[in-house]
Amino acid sequence: MNTQTINDIAQAEQGTSLWKDAWLRLRKNHLAVFGLVTLVLFIVIALLTPWIAPYSYQAQNLELGASPPSAAHWLGTDIFGRDLMTQIMYGGRISLAVGFVATTVALLIGVTWGAVAGYVGGRADAVMMRLVDILYALPFMIFIVLLTVVFGRNMLLLFLAIGAVEWLTMARIMRGQVQSLRQQEFVEAAISLGLSPATLIRRHLVPNALGPIIVYTTLTIPNVMLLEAFLSFLGLGIQPPQTSWGLLISYGAETMEEYPWLLIFPGLALTLTLFSLNFLGDGLRDALDVRGAKD
Amino acid sequence: MALLDVQDLAVSFVTRNGTNKAVDGVSFSVELGKITAIIGESGSGKSVACYSLLGLVPMPPGRIDGGRALFEGRDLLQLEESELRKIRGRDIAMIFQDPMTCLNPYMTIGKQLMEPLVYHHHVKKEQARARALELLAEVGIRDPESTIDDFPHQFSGGMRQRVMIAMALINEPKLLIADEPTTALDVTIQAQILKLIAELQEKRDIGVIFISHDLAVVADIADQIVVMKQGQIVETGNRESIFHNAQHPYTKKLLAAIPTDSKQARGGVAEPLIQVRDLCTWFSQDKGKEPVKAVNKVSFDINRGEVLGLVGESGSGKSTIGRSILRLVPVTSGEVLFDGTDLTALEGRDLKAMRRRMQMIFQDPFASLNPRMTVYDTLAEPLLLHGIENRATVGKGVLKLMDDVGLARAFVRKYPHEFSGGQRQRIAIGRALATRPEFIVADEPVSALDVTIQAQILDLMQQLGREYGLTMLFVSHDLAVVRHLADRILVLYKGEVVEQGSGDDLFEHPQQPYTRQLLTSIPGRSLLA
Repeated sequence: MNTQTINDIAQAEQGTSLWKDAWLRLRKNHLAVFGLVTLVLFIVIALLTPWIAPYSYQAQNLELGASPPSAAHWLGTDIFGRDLMTQIMYGGRISLAVGFVATTVALLIGVTWGAVAGYVGGRADAVMMRLVDILYALPFMIFIVLLTVVFGRNMLLLFLAIGAVEWLTMARIMRGQVQSLRQQEFVEAAISLGLSPATLIRRHLVPNALGPIIVYTTLTIPNVMLLEAFLSFLGLGIQPPQTSWGLLISYGAETMEEYPWLLIFPGLALTLTLFSLNFLGDGLRDALDVRGAKD
Repeated sequence: MALLDVQDLAVSFVTRNGTNKAVDGVSFSVELGKITAIIGESGSGKSVACYSLLGLVPMPPGRIDGGRALFEGRDLLQLEESELRKIRGRDIAMIFQDPMTCLNPYMTIGKQLMEPLVYHHHVKKEQARARALELLAEVGIRDPESTIDDFPHQFSGGMRQRVMIAMALINEPKLLIADEPTTALDVTIQAQILKLIAELQEKRDIGVIFISHDLAVVADIADQIVVMKQGQIVETGNRESIFHNAQHPYTKKLLAAIPTDSKQARGGVAEPLIQVRDLCTWFSQDKGKEPVKAVNKVSFDINRGEVLGLVGESGSGKSTIGRSILRLVPVTSGEVLFDGTDLTALEGRDLKAMRRRMQMIFQDPFASLNPRMTVYDTLAEPLLLHGIENRATVGKGVLKLMDDVGLARAFVRKYPHEFSGGQRQRIAIGRALATRPEFIVADEPVSALDVTIQAQILDLMQQLGREYGLTMLFVSHDLAVVRHLADRILVLYKGEVVEQGSGDDLFEHPQQPYTRQLLTSIPGRSLLA
């Protein structure tokens, strides 16, 4: 075997997966990289919070009360004299966890459900999608209240409840994508190669349906975070002294005129997260679209 | 004097990646009562040249760099948009490849025909309707009185193209530009439309520009032929000189790409690899309706090493037969024996094992490749799936396949959209051959390709067929191509076999009227004689 052939083989074996190419393209997109770095930073901070938070979670200073940012309290304190930065860090743990876990749940169920329904078609599809319709029709609030009444209030339940609602739209999007992809000849080609349905869906259908799914995911995460705030506000979610960004913002909004920093800083944290998600989502969509890529 | 006289026309497209000269110094003319054909492959600038005359090329990115186009003494390139608009549709009319996208699906064809008369010429409704009926009759729509109030989807492809022609004629144009008007049509319908255009042109004494990628199509009707390549004219001449005395090597290549010969009969013992018995594939419709009998009681054998051609028009069930054999569509009844095993009864692992032995090459190389998989991924998948190569050796296997189908190894990491149609079809052939199959169904593998590329792909398939010892079912609507490639030919009509035999038998002694009709429809058959 001559050297040329060996080089060719080496090049061919370097791996040419969609994901590797996408990663290379994503790295060139500065906004997406900014988004990714910010998110990773936030997640790391959230994970390390119990060890790096400047104050204890429960530490109150009723004499100090609400104070603007200072050397001792970088982001100020709330009306009980609790350090706002500590609160935002602890709140981030809950908000990010709800956002990512609930969305991941929604993503996994929704994509699988939609892909199977769209691929199998016929009666199975009809049954599966009618179930989605029924769940859609259930008023969300009643659903949550019922769950809370039956199972009591806990965090895991909150994740599940939100995830269980958000996957419905995901499933519909995925089913539509898969239905139109299934008509294409490359799917027939994959069947005639002898691929099992599961492999076919995973290797041929899901990667081609990713564009809308990724965009919808980046819309779902902020949606879920706000939903958590809403539920907590109604007393169905997180309760003080535990906190989340959504709760901090809703309290901050009440005292906006006297103590604006109580609204501004939690709001900033949420906004930054949402921006980062959008940049990353757009970047991912472009990176995964091999057709739009310019070499 | 010429009706249209184009001199040194130059059009370019300015994009971020530089300026692309789409049309570079093109001159041709069209006479009243004559058909000028412009022939070229995709990207040769044949359509751009004509569209730019009518201001139909978007600018930017398009740009007219120079030239003249005298139409009845006026230079079209110098006219204001408002003046051009008056000429477009009135003096110069166009018909396009796909009539469905050019007709409004929510308006009856009668309304669409009458619209220009009523709104632009302020003709009374009754008069306009009478005129529309007259035209529909002229373009060969049967019983126009009862069809004038139908919607476009109620017409077949050929009938829609007739409606389009009627619409083009309604303002009595002096010049008709037809851009690949028959490419989307079946061969028998194509022959009818070509005849219609030639008749109308003669009767109305108008000039026609006929744009096509296929020399054979214009062989019977063109007076003047202009051959274009990469934006330039390589040869101009009348029909006689182009077909019998071509000068330029490219024209000769185009002519050589028209398959005219018939495959030599092969010797050896006939041992059937595929036996199809009473195959029925019906597609059920809504309740209460009769199912569509796409394939109805079809029986035939394919011998080991043989290429069986399957011809018929669209809707004849020829593609469905191929897909039924490969179990890509559910079979209603009947048997398909592959080397003695009934494929219709197989499931699960047994079916997967059989799939390794039979593969398919699809018509549209744009749709048959996963757009998000590189050549490497596409070719490695079957190799790994069937354990032909392992992780360590799969790279070598992929490169071997690329060599076999004539793809440069440097392309291994590229995605399908970075290739031309011909190259993509090579990838698709490589994928089909990866499992070392014994049997291949080729479903119109070249009909989406340019003529010279067609010839290359057909050569490749023949060569690989010999190397790999393949048995092949070759499905096509193009009789000339099938005759060139197939040992035996099966003629299909409405889901049933009407005639079968060797290429020479069919071509010289067709028994059935339908076969005869197919044969007389082959474009450029005067060349075959």
